[in-house]
Amino acid sequence: MSATISEPLTTTAAWTAVCAYDDLLPERGVCALVDGRQVAVFRTFDGAVHALDNLDPFSGAYVLSRGIVGTRKGEPTVASPLHKQVFSLATGRCLDEQGVAVPVYAVRVSGGAVEVSLQG
Amino acid sequence: MRKLVVVGYGPTAHRLVETLRDRGFDGRVTVIGEEPRPAYDRVHLTSYLSGTTLEDLTYDVPEGTVTRLNTRVTGIDRQARHVVTADGGVEPYDVLVLATGSAPFVPPVPGAEHAYVYRTIEDLDAIRKAAKDAAEGVVVGGGLLGLEAADALRALGLKAHIVEMSPWLMPRQVDEGGGAVLKQHIEGLGLAVHAGAGVQEVVTDGEGQVTGLRKPDGTLVEAQVVVFSAGIRPRDELARAAGLEVGERGGVVVDPGMRTSDPSIYAVGECALAGGMIYGLVGPCNTMAEVAADRILGGSATFEGADMSTKLKLLGVEVAQFGAMTGALDVTYMDPVGGVYKKLFISDDARTLLGGICVGDASPYTSLRPFVGKALPASPSDLLFSGAGANLDLPDEAQVCSCNNVCAGDIRTAVADKGVTDVPGLKACTRAGTTCGSCVPMLKQLLEKSGVEVSKALCEHFTYSRAELFDIVRVREITTFSQLIAEHGQGRGCDICKPAVASILASLHNGHVLEGERAALQDTNDAFLANIQKNGTYSVVPRIPGGEITPEKLIVIGEVARDYGLYTKITGGQRIDLFGARVEQLPEIWRRLVDAGFESGHAYGKALRTVKSCVGSTWCRYGVQDSVGLAIDLELRYRGLRSPHKLKSAVSGCARECAEARSKDFGIIATEKGWNLYVAGNGGFKPRHADLLAGDLSTEELIRTIDRFLMFYIRTADRLQRTAAWLESLEGGLDYLREVIMEDSLGICADLDAQMAHHVATYADEWSATLEDPDKLRRFVSFVNAPGVPDPSIVFESERGQIKPVMAR
Repeated sequence: MSATISEPLTTTAAWTAVCAYDDLLPERGVCALVDGRQVAVFRTFDGAVHALDNLDPFSGAYVLSRGIVGTRKGEPTVASPLHKQVFSLATGRCLDEQGVAVPVYAVRVSGGAVEVSLQG
Repeated sequence: MRKLVVVGYGPTAHRLVETLRDRGFDGRVTVIGEEPRPAYDRVHLTSYLSGTTLEDLTYDVPEGTVTRLNTRVTGIDRQARHVVTADGGVEPYDVLVLATGSAPFVPPVPGAEHAYVYRTIEDLDAIRKAAKDAAEGVVVGGGLLGLEAADALRALGLKAHIVEMSPWLMPRQVDEGGGAVLKQHIEGLGLAVHAGAGVQEVVTDGEGQVTGLRKPDGTLVEAQVVVFSAGIRPRDELARAAGLEVGERGGVVVDPGMRTSDPSIYAVGECALAGGMIYGLVGPCNTMAEVAADRILGGSATFEGADMSTKLKLLGVEVAQFGAMTGALDVTYMDPVGGVYKKLFISDDARTLLGGICVGDASPYTSLRPFVGKALPASPSDLLFSGAGANLDLPDEAQVCSCNNVCAGDIRTAVADKGVTDVPGLKACTRAGTTCGSCVPMLKQLLEKSGVEVSKALCEHFTYSRAELFDIVRVREITTFSQLIAEHGQGRGCDICKPAVASILASLHNGHVLEGERAALQDTNDAFLANIQKNGTYSVVPRIPGGEITPEKLIVIGEVARDYGLYTKITGGQRIDLFGARVEQLPEIWRRLVDAGFESGHAYGKALRTVKSCVGSTWCRYGVQDSVGLAIDLELRYRGLRSPHKLKSAVSGCARECAEARSKDFGIIATEKGWNLYVAGNGGFKPRHADLLAGDLSTEELIRTIDRFLMFYIRTADRLQRTAAWLESLEGGLDYLREVIMEDSLGICADLDAQMAHHVATYADEWSATLEDPDKLRRFVSFVNAPGVPDPSIVFESERGQIKPVMAR
């Protein structure tokens, strides 16, 4: 299974390694602390990695990393474990309520390590 | 403000008051009833003898109604406009409605005072009492109610006789040919039928104890209980005394607006003589109540007579009659071996359907009754032989529900204009199907024909229902979500299908919920084996089977809660909930609990939660069985059982029901002889009392029956459908359930038993299994890159000496 890599937008982005790629279970998330910010990192079934802010904007709890990963019309998603609103892993947009989104962060796999950049 | 007084508090009075309330009547309503309770369902009266409680049968008193129960009205003063009651009270009225009903007819024969009648709860109580010391019983009257009474005697353990004056049973519903087939069915059940026979006397011994019934030919039918069910007489004595017009053979004369000869007095129900007829069926009586309500509110509704069609299942035999009972032409289908008799009456030009009679198979009733008076929808032989009637399109004006006078057009309107998409919705919106329920299959048909695609698809990833997926997984022996979705679905699942499939896999295989790929299917509660709370912390609930716990274990729970600063609360299910644990604290907390002998209470899973109990015969002066022992056994047997929704249970040690077992998915109440099993109860959002599935079971029979009930539910229920909704959606309801799991009508019981045996044999505690697996334990951290750091967003304040979450926003 090959990992796809989200390209950073700038070459000056500071990358923080958060865990080994193999630590990620397919279709589950983990939460990483990056510069004091809680980042939810997911590995989807096709091997891709995604990073969203861990804060569920509906409940105010930091829990998105613990949601169920799946797809909606082909788009990779996570459902908040509290009230089940679904967010796109690609864009951070909430697919159940217009106008709500969570920040998306750059993430890549480098030398077997998962790295996150908040400046993505 | 107008004062409305209703005399009589039966179902018709109830319907009248309810209709007035629904339509915003703002006057004062007083209902005066002789019986000690508000109106109750007489259609299902017999079920009272088999365990349905009075509470279940009794209708709610409509809001804002003044009731005077146990009160007999003795006179009407039409000048003063008030009624006088036996206790000397006076109730003034502007509008008076007589809903005094009828009295059972008891023929004036010697000894009749020793017989019973079959009308009220008190009558049934008296019959039940008399049946205790009796071996045989006889019912006089082979009509609808007479057969029901005979069935009741049979259910009370008596050998039952039916004596009917006419040459055959149910002469008002079936003809001679139908009567013969009906007799054959009824005798096959062990009842004795004496047709064409009258009554000379009720015979008693010297002490007034009934010994039998003598027929006019001198022969004696031996019986210790005699019940008269030989017709009704309208109770018109009040009207008569007040000088209102009454019929020659009784009944208060009313006009089409249900008004008596005094314009401020109405009469409805079985006491009213409408168009020269007395109506004793619930449908016409309800219609009368609605017409009267409309008139009281200033409307102009009229009662145009009523369809007297009937369809019922008596002693397991379907009997139906619709429209006329004669015609220029008739077509008969007769199968004496199968006990089926069907007959259609047709106009002389063979084009118009006039009526029909069915015995043994009433399936033509539902589809053909709406066509009475209309062109035959197919050839008579097709209609009778091949059952072609099932796919007919009903005209809008065809009556679907005769109890509540709902037409096919009303159903179509509800679907088209109000967006109703299911049978419960139709019931709520139109009342169709809410009284006797026989039209429910027709409602389904109409829904389908209205183009309502009642989608059974679980979500966008599976076009199958949960029950279908369960069968696919079981039959194809699928063990992973990936295989299932690759072969039978699309995409990669979601928060709807993944937990549902996880539950199916767990029900069938009982492996650890976090093993391999299954970890990705679980909702956060199952993924962390604890319950997520609003601030992202979890609560931990150790199992306390039956609520029984030692002081040592109580101390351990207290110590754990104190050491981790957890909020503690005793739950409604006799357990102790520990709130406020962060993800990384869960394994440490479990470790201490597991070491002290606790296991996971599955408070998080769609699984068995608790089996609540009272203290039972060990301690309680009333208890007749060991409810605690049974509750513990059951909780341990079904612990960890994954199901479509959470499962709750309780065991009460006596009929006082301190464990509230009848509000549970399965509840057990001890009897002197064993256990009564109730199923499909529900607290919560839409409460439902559980139904009695079986009585006086031995412990072994009880457990086998529960095993099958649970496994059949797990196999066939929808996702997140609790047992209450599941049972209500089962076609055939409780009877069908009994046939499947107690009589093995589908031949699946051995399979269900084996499946439960597998569950019981392979159960393992998920907490201790997780603690022994370093791979799984590594997931329990707040931060993957800082395992020792607690989540700084979790903050508490204090309330009543314990923690309480503070939300950032």
